[in-house]
Amino acid sequence: MAEIWVFCEETDGAPSTLGLELLAKARSLGEPTVLYAGAGSAQAWETLGDHGAATVLHFDHGDSLAAAPVAAAIAARAGEQAPGMILFGQAYTDRDVAGRLAVRLGLPVLSNAVDVSLESDGTATTRHEISGGAEIAVAAFQAPRPHLAIVRPKSFPAEPVGGSTPEVVAVEIPDVGGAGAVVTERHARERQGPDLEEAAVIVSGGRGLGGAEHYSMVESLAAPLGAATGATRAIVDAGWVPYAKQVGQTGKTVKPDVYIACGISGAMQHLVGMKDAKTIIAINKDPDAPIFTIADLGIVGDVHKVMPKLIEELGGG
Amino acid sequence: MRILVCVKQIPDPANPSRFDPETHLLVRTEDQILDDTDRYGVEMGLRLAEANEGTVTLVSMGPVGRAQGIRQALAMGADRAVMIEDETLAGADALTTARVLAAATERTGFDLVICGPESTDGYSGVVPQMMAELLGVAALTYATGVEVSGDRVTINRQTSAGYDVVTADLPALVSVTAGVVEPRYPTFRGIMQAKQKPTETLEVADLGVEVSVGQEVVSVVPAPERAAGVVAEDEGEGHLLILEKLQEAKVV
Ligand SMILES: Cc1cc2nc3c(=O)[nH]c(=O)nc-3n(C[C@H](O)[C@H](O)[C@H](O)COP(=O)(O)OP(=O)(O)OC[C@H]3O[C@@H](n4cnc5c(N)ncnc54)[C@H](O)[C@@H]3O)c2cc1C
Ligand SMILES: Nc1ncnc2c1ncn2[C@@H]1O[C@H](COP(=O)(O)O)[C@@H](O)[C@H]1O
Repeated sequence: MAEIWVFCEETDGAPSTLGLELLAKARSLGEPTVLYAGAGSAQAWETLGDHGAATVLHFDHGDSLAAAPVAAAIAARAGEQAPGMILFGQAYTDRDVAGRLAVRLGLPVLSNAVDVSLESDGTATTRHEISGGAEIAVAAFQAPRPHLAIVRPKSFPAEPVGGSTPEVVAVEIPDVGGAGAVVTERHARERQGPDLEEAAVIVSGGRGLGGAEHYSMVESLAAPLGAATGATRAIVDAGWVPYAKQVGQTGKTVKPDVYIACGISGAMQHLVGMKDAKTIIAINKDPDAPIFTIADLGIVGDVHKVMPKLIEELGGG
Repeated sequence: MRILVCVKQIPDPANPSRFDPETHLLVRTEDQILDDTDRYGVEMGLRLAEANEGTVTLVSMGPVGRAQGIRQALAMGADRAVMIEDETLAGADALTTARVLAAATERTGFDLVICGPESTDGYSGVVPQMMAELLGVAALTYATGVEVSGDRVTINRQTSAGYDVVTADLPALVSVTAGVVEPRYPTFRGIMQAKQKPTETLEVADLGVEVSVGQEVVSVVPAPERAAGVVAEDEGEGHLLILEKLQEAKVV
């Protein structure tokens, strides 16, 4: 069976959900080995084992920025062990490592995949959403192995399978000289309310709210629903809300039961982050707004009229 | 300080490109504009140049004979441009693009390279890291703030939780996220001057880069369709339709 490697970045002291999603996929394709970047812990190994990892290659890069040293260490290992495929998630550190690794191996990397499969001859094919998800392009690798792919979050469900603790191999981190960078401070924003990526209901706002001060309508609607609050890049760039709330291509990918889009036009880059919600509700005053093409319920109306009444109806405020 | 900003010209999104069903190549429209994402890199480059007695050189690989987008960036204030145009680069993948840009960067000489995090049309999001690896320098990615002091560059690097402060020696590469600085609008004078600024046009042969194709789009299929929804005009009762839908979805 093909050996499939999966990159997993440590996030808040635990394996990233994205890494666990990739691991679930890798399990269905072959023998999964996890490339774990971070301090590591017994708890982390247990989680990885529970999700089906038999082997973990551990890259403890300390305070260096992961990309250069971890990519160099992975490249050395890949030379020895010849994996069939290496999967990364569409996330910052994943992309940084994947790009550098591709150069080290002299191999292409395909970004933005939403699915990956292996043909009987071991060739990897990837599926990519194009035109905002209206079409799927199927791409095949024509390069030597390992085939490198970067997969969008939430493409596969992360499911525990109850495996035992994996074998953990500590990999030495090489000195990369001038290619290295050091992390000197880490700042985490205080989290308010439910997590966007986990929430069953999300209320998101866009430029149609009319101003930063009106984002409170999104919060007032979210509160009685126990919902997380999201945003478009337009209002993140405008400084109305922090980046952590951004949904879309360069923000978070979400898959809630219900997504309520308020004053959001529905640009392709926003849609790719939320179009897989079970139910999509949109309020927009423009009947031709693209968001209506994917909404299960579209209300052509003014957010300042519809939202306050809805909030009142739900007993919020 | 020699600052190089990698800017991409892209087809005007108002005039979308499409996949050719025969060749499976992206058919781009003729109009080329400066990728909006890269306007932030240009602005950041100009500010750092102003603060550090620097020059800003644009580096761009793009379709033969098209420079509208480059002129937009020159009009913002960049000093000169290096353009790589070659028929063999049509449909180049990220690795080839990075090899070409890195070779042109090396040839030009640099202290700091600035990129966008991902291009609007290609969005591979790996060209900057690949360039850094090829150039043997650090890549400080997803910067929401950049500071140069002496021979060090320090950034605030966006993370999903907040941000990290990351520092490295120059020469280095940074990628800047959109929205970190407000890109300036070209002045009339800038637009006039842009026409006189020095530009250099290179071909693949000038750079000694190998153009490889590592993957192929084998088919394009329609995505599974969502069932058509209901769109209703709000005549004062719109909120009740939403309430009904929320009840249907069992979230209230
Ligand atoms: C490389 C790249 C990556 C990107 N990544 C992302 C991303 O991750 N996430 C993202 O969201 N975007 C992203 N974008 C930006 C995206 O292209 C759009 O610009 C953005 O999503 C638009 O945000 P918006 O809907 O809030 O604003 P607009 O497009 O300005 O839409 C506002 C909408 O509000 C409606 N409206 C106005 N007033 C009212 C009212 N009173 N009541 C009701 N409706 C009203 C208008 O009809 C309009 O449809 C990216 C762009 C690029 C180039
Ligand atoms: N053809 C190109 N010419 C110049 N810069 C580019 C080109 N392609 C990518 N880049 C740079 O790399 C960044 C990321 O692009 P990408 O990896 O294609 O998503 C862009 O924002 C540019 O700064």
